[in-house]
Amino acid sequence: MIIGITLIESGVNLFLITLGYRKGSVAPIYTSSSGGIMALPVPQALTLTSIVIGVAVLALMLSLVIHIYRHYGTLDVRHVRRLRE
Amino acid sequence: MTITIPDYMPALIVAVPLLGAFLTPLISKINGKIRNGFVIFILLVNTALVFLLSYDVITNGIRTYIFGSSQEVTLPIVRILFEVDAMSVFMGIIISILVLISVIYSWAFMEKNTGLDKYYTLILLLTAGMLGMVSTGDMFNFFVFLEITSIASCALIAFWTHHAESIEAGFKYIVISSIGALFVLFSIALLYGQYDALNIAILSDAIQYTFLDKVALVLLVVALAMKAGIVPMHMWLPDSYGKAPSTISVILVSATLASLYGVLRVIFTLYGNVLDVVTRDIEFLNIKVMTGQWLGWLIILLAIASILVGVIMALRQTDFKRLIAFAAVAEIGYMFLGVGVRLASVFVENGNGLTVVHPGFGDTALQGSVFHIMNDALDVGLLFLVAGAIYYATRELSLDKLGGLARNMKYTTIFFLIGLLAVSGMPPLNGFASKLIIYETTFQLNPILGIIAILCSILLLATFVKVFHSIFLGPPLPQYKEVKEVPKSMLLAMGVIAGLIIFIGLFPEIIYTNIVQPAADALINYSSYITTVVGGI
Repeated sequence: MIIGITLIESGVNLFLITLGYRKGSVAPIYTSSSGGIMALPVPQALTLTSIVIGVAVLALMLSLVIHIYRHYGTLDVRHVRRLRE
Repeated sequence: MTITIPDYMPALIVAVPLLGAFLTPLISKINGKIRNGFVIFILLVNTALVFLLSYDVITNGIRTYIFGSSQEVTLPIVRILFEVDAMSVFMGIIISILVLISVIYSWAFMEKNTGLDKYYTLILLLTAGMLGMVSTGDMFNFFVFLEITSIASCALIAFWTHHAESIEAGFKYIVISSIGALFVLFSIALLYGQYDALNIAILSDAIQYTFLDKVALVLLVVALAMKAGIVPMHMWLPDSYGKAPSTISVILVSATLASLYGVLRVIFTLYGNVLDVVTRDIEFLNIKVMTGQWLGWLIILLAIASILVGVIMALRQTDFKRLIAFAAVAEIGYMFLGVGVRLASVFVENGNGLTVVHPGFGDTALQGSVFHIMNDALDVGLLFLVAGAIYYATRELSLDKLGGLARNMKYTTIFFLIGLLAVSGMPPLNGFASKLIIYETTFQLNPILGIIAILCSILLLATFVKVFHSIFLGPPLPQYKEVKEVPKSMLLAMGVIAGLIIFIGLFPEIIYTNIVQPAADALINYSSYITTVVGGI
């Protein structure tokens, strides 16, 4: 499950980066620009933020998984179902 | 009387709890009592700030704050922007009151736990996240605050790490909320790709309602409604409400309401311009279907499903907190019902040309559901606190094992009775005031829906009367002979909410005209939200 969520996240990040792509563009560093077309900086900033958030979520999920393993002795989702009702 | 408040006020209401969150671990090195006092102090200051801001926004109109620049609004806006209107401060008031009360309550309730510095830090972070969600004017910033809220609340749900169920509920919550948040991010990216803007006002001004916009609309509404806990995406809600500490359940109520705010903001502000666009023309029936209508009927359908599922599941629960959680699902259904009625009530009149008619009861429905947000927060919050008090006194939440507690815990009994009557919409308590508005307007749209809503409310009353009977009445059980009334701070917290419930119930018009109506108007008049930033259409 965690791997699945990480995959979704990577997909969204890639999509964001692609949005900012311009054909033949250079990195959007204004001072060292060679005068060509620059890629959009905003999607890159967004992606960076989203990666950082993703890491935090991932760390939290993994720590919860460790706790689940301690309590249930398994990580099989078919057995981690005490809350069923 | 005029109070001038500084420009940075909107930023301050997020910054103060954030600062408090960083200071709390340091202060808790000194002494636990000082830490508790400090957290309460921070939240008191913040609540006062929110009230000041609300006063200012309701009298003087929308306030904006742009980070890191002079306050002149210049186009194109590349900076992050806070835009606070009456709806935002309305949510801000609810959030800050609930958090404050639950922190006062946790003084005694969480006393025996370890790791309380982390507990309070997370609560303050969660507060900052929720207030940020309701006051931001930028889509991406909204996503960031959404993630802050969900990370903090997940850690708090799993706070009792020695309970396997709490961990499981926390994991379920983080999976659901991170998937939801990623879909929100994806739709933000879709919107950004088309309009090259992240600001809600600018997007709303530019929106064209292309195919991609429809995709983004559906994704945003579904993901945020999932976080608000509406059927069929409600499965995480009873687990996390039921297994978190009671104080956290109360704060989670306001976190779901913040997501509900997100839904409202997306529908009424972001897509406000295109709600009346005719999407399908059924010639032979002479019906023109608009965006608002199909969205409205979809929401009504989901709302009715939530009410039914919530009430029916509540009837057969044996765990007290799970029962309240299912009742909360039903209450969220009522709020969505009002929103749906507002959207679906719009129709096209085929006279000379096309005129879009908004019947008056649609707006009233929206006001009713906005009012119900506040009432539901208070009612469900009170019930969770009562459940916490019972757990504190007896260490038991199963309805089958409890009984005869009214003898030993008379104040808690009274508070439960108030909460019970309020949540099932009995006059003269506050739940009645807002539910009546929702019933009336729903009835005008479609009588059957109105009848279902009323019947479910009665079923809810029946459920809670059963609970009242099995917990508080009946013969005294030998194992609960020694049960004492809960400590004063918990009684104080419950008393404050009960007082508010009775006050709103007796004088609904004071709250209604001063806070609720401006909030609902702010949603309906989305153009003022846009013009504040864009400057004239």
